[in-house]
Amino acid sequence: MLAWTIYLSFAGALLEALLPKDKPALARWSALAVALAGLILAAVGFAAGLGHGRVVIADVPWVPSMGIRFTLAADGISLVLVLLTGLAAVAGVLFSWNIELRTNEFFAFYLALIGGVYGVFLSSDLFLLFVFYEIAIVPKYFLISIWGSTRREYGAMKLALYSFVGSAMVLIGLLAAYTSSGSRSTGLVQLAHAGLSVGFQMWAFPLVFVGFGILAGMWPFHTWAPTGHVAAPTAASMLLAGVVMKLGAYGCLRVAMGLFPHGMDPWGFSYLGIGSWRDVFALLAVIGIVYGALVALVQSDFKFVIGYSSVSHMGFVLLGLMTLNQIGMTGAVLQMFSHGIIAGLLFAIVGRIVYERTHTRQLAELEGMHLSKRLPFAAWAFVIAGVASMGLPGFSGFVAEFQVLVGSWSAKPWWTGAAGVGIVVGVAYTWRAMQLAFFSDTHSAVHIHEHGHELAAITWPEVAGVSMLVAVSLAVGLYPKILLDAIEPAVRAMLAGGGQ
Amino acid sequence: MNYADLLRVTLPETVLEVTALIVLIIDLGLLRGRALRLRVVAATLLGMFGCGVALMTIPLQAQGGLNFPGSDQLLLAAGGSTTVAQVGILALTVLTLLLMFDSTFTRNVGEFVAVTLMAATGGLLIAAAQDLLVIFIGLELLSLGLYILTAFAKKSAKSAEAAMKYYLFGGMSAAFLLFGFSYLYGVTGSTNLHQIMQAMYGSNAIHAAPLLYVALVMIAAGLGFKVAAVPFHFWAPDTYEGAPAPAAAFIASVSKVASFALLISIGTAALHAFGDAHVVRFVVAIQADRTPRFIGFATPWSFALTILAVASMVLGNLAALAQSSVRRLLAYSAIAHAGYILLALAYFSRTPASAQAVLYYILTYGLTTIGAFGVVGAVERASGSDQMEAFAGLHRRNPVLAAILLVLFLSLAGIPPLVGFWAKFNLFAAVLGVSKGVVPFALVALALAMSAVSLYYYLQVLKRAYVTPALDNSKIEVHPVTLTALIFIALWVVMMGVFPAILQEWMQSFYAPM
Repeated sequence: MLAWTIYLSFAGALLEALLPKDKPALARWSALAVALAGLILAAVGFAAGLGHGRVVIADVPWVPSMGIRFTLAADGISLVLVLLTGLAAVAGVLFSWNIELRTNEFFAFYLALIGGVYGVFLSSDLFLLFVFYEIAIVPKYFLISIWGSTRREYGAMKLALYSFVGSAMVLIGLLAAYTSSGSRSTGLVQLAHAGLSVGFQMWAFPLVFVGFGILAGMWPFHTWAPTGHVAAPTAASMLLAGVVMKLGAYGCLRVAMGLFPHGMDPWGFSYLGIGSWRDVFALLAVIGIVYGALVALVQSDFKFVIGYSSVSHMGFVLLGLMTLNQIGMTGAVLQMFSHGIIAGLLFAIVGRIVYERTHTRQLAELEGMHLSKRLPFAAWAFVIAGVASMGLPGFSGFVAEFQVLVGSWSAKPWWTGAAGVGIVVGVAYTWRAMQLAFFSDTHSAVHIHEHGHELAAITWPEVAGVSMLVAVSLAVGLYPKILLDAIEPAVRAMLAGGGQ
Repeated sequence: MNYADLLRVTLPETVLEVTALIVLIIDLGLLRGRALRLRVVAATLLGMFGCGVALMTIPLQAQGGLNFPGSDQLLLAAGGSTTVAQVGILALTVLTLLLMFDSTFTRNVGEFVAVTLMAATGGLLIAAAQDLLVIFIGLELLSLGLYILTAFAKKSAKSAEAAMKYYLFGGMSAAFLLFGFSYLYGVTGSTNLHQIMQAMYGSNAIHAAPLLYVALVMIAAGLGFKVAAVPFHFWAPDTYEGAPAPAAAFIASVSKVASFALLISIGTAALHAFGDAHVVRFVVAIQADRTPRFIGFATPWSFALTILAVASMVLGNLAALAQSSVRRLLAYSAIAHAGYILLALAYFSRTPASAQAVLYYILTYGLTTIGAFGVVGAVERASGSDQMEAFAGLHRRNPVLAAILLVLFLSLAGIPPLVGFWAKFNLFAAVLGVSKGVVPFALVALALAMSAVSLYYYLQVLKRAYVTPALDNSKIEVHPVTLTALIFIALWVVMMGVFPAILQEWMQSFYAPM
């Protein structure tokens, strides 16, 4: 049944492309219907799949002569991320309700992207996973370059090329694993048991990890993320931060760590405490956490603050993965979900609710607008999203980052210390942005004069979208067991060996 | 050998030649002075009919091909990769002819179609040839046809200039090729590929190794010209830019299929011809125990092709970045694609795997590029230019054409699930299937890095088509037949991408009886 999330999204994309061009309302409602149907399928599939371990959904030969099969399977990690995709898809449609330019094409690209994302999370064949992963590149490019804002063509091209370079690295690893294993199969399970030599894994692991890591916003390959997020239309930046970055992290987990676990073995020598690829990537993750937070602290563009905060939060995911222990990796997966929801919410507030009304994202200009009085809904929504993003207990981010830190403490304490600095700075930049954009009492005659007119009222799709995302983050924060029940057994199975 | 045997092997070629003559008779004789529209339809339909009949005669070809008189040496092959290439050439010729409906560059449609068919005959011969003389005749037949087709837009100075350049370069490369052939004959005493192969195992040939290398380099140069490999590529951008769209499509597809089919024949022969004595090795490092560490290439032939491959994919992709004319962009991208294929020919396997991967690539590439030239031709006719700016707002001016362009260019860039991706995967898997050393891995990595570069310039065109607003909003009209052909091509690019097994199994069916 979960497989239908993929088919339905692609069918929806095709339908949108064929809809008449002069009926934007029809395009919106049908996109919402498709996204909602996907969410319902994802939720029902999630409930049904709990406690069943890895379930194969579909398995048919695809390219028999090369041993490639169309295999879809879901374990707890896939289920959680599929659920996230469903939520992000619905929220994205709601926050795109005001798209008037080429509406049906927008939703066609949008749903094609969603279909690719569902596909990656459900694939259990390396080849199939790669195909879906690349399918997601093209719609992103057009979503940003057609409907985007600041330097959209630059941001779109940068994102497309970064993704494509990353996937070229993954493809080299894929080809190498395929030709070296001799198993004539590209199934993730088969490849994990193919007995690839340690020497091979030692170079394949970093190659594939970096290949996927580029899309996960791993420092120093993160530079596409802020420009891409800023240039993208709201729904696309929600998806970019919400699920596309998770594609990268998921690939790191499922492919790089799943297929080449010996790539993380110690090299046999160490320099400044770095003695394996695992240490290297953990270090990069920690640098990403601190660097992203520090850069977010000094941004003048509201959206750049959120863009760099994504780099910082994704650092926690990568750090959690590199702990290689139960609690840290569980935290990493939970952080993927949590950041998907919270970043989506932040981008929605900044890009849709505020920017579409004030037509500026410069914190200095927003400062004089008294948005807390004129847009109280936006202000309070941002307060909730902001405290969730800071990692306040009660929200999903707290549970996730706490687990990552506990996990990394038992692996290497100094990682934890450095990541802790990132959290502190995280509080600072969120507070600063909140203060400047909404709660400043600066009186600037110029701005009041210039922006004195009434701001448009909040619309129902905005209320619905914000409420949904806040509710999910709260629910997971207060009762994380919903997701942990799915994630923990899957992580345990991965750690127990066999990779999958 | 008698003429009946010859006829049985060359049935498709004969049918095409006869059709070419019939086209000329009807167009020049019966339809003289009639409306151009009618003559286009008549000549094109006849040409397509001829290709169709030729396709139907392929199962009737003598199995195993035709031997040299009085010996067991193969002169013309049939079956296996030969048949796959021949079917491909005929099918791609049909699609090229379909572009004629939308073209207005000439009034002499009969001659255009007839010359196209004769050139395609040359292509069929090349695909089957196993003898140096037949190879050379086939190549000349194809090339002469291509020079004429390039010059066919008589009102365009660019067309004449392109044809002249093409002709001069072509003449030069034919001389190189013939020179190489003559050395090969001198060293081995035979013009037959298989006999040459056997002779090279003999001690005499080993002693003549330097001459042999000269011969191979000359042949690589001659064939490098045909497939537009760097540094023999200079004709390609000008020819692609100046030739009428159907002629450019023909050069980019049919001629490439034939040339690569020939490279498969030679590659198979060369692979079997060299023993261990001919390994080309370079010292890359001195190890701790003072023994040198080598990187090696199986044969001098493979080394020569590797150089061409690397130069082509690097220069082709980088030069394409700087183009503003879409036709020149396609030319440089063709050079890059030739580079990928040459890599698979350099690392050629003794099993049919490599030959199949190369054919898969070149056939699907040919299909895609015909479609691309169809779209370029239509845009050019409406805007009078093939500059990128002419594509601005294509999605408004003709949404169908824009969607076709999207599919075809993304396939050329190698984005799944389109067929170009599978072709690349197949090709590089074949390379790594032959050798798992550091060098092939590095070369495949380079090829993939370069194909990441290629996404940039393909997206430049697609950006114009989808993102940039149109300069004028007039609709672009395409002849319904040509449009149908283009839609058909785009659908197949998608279909074969989603179900890659279709083409693979079809190709394997020709290998089964062998």
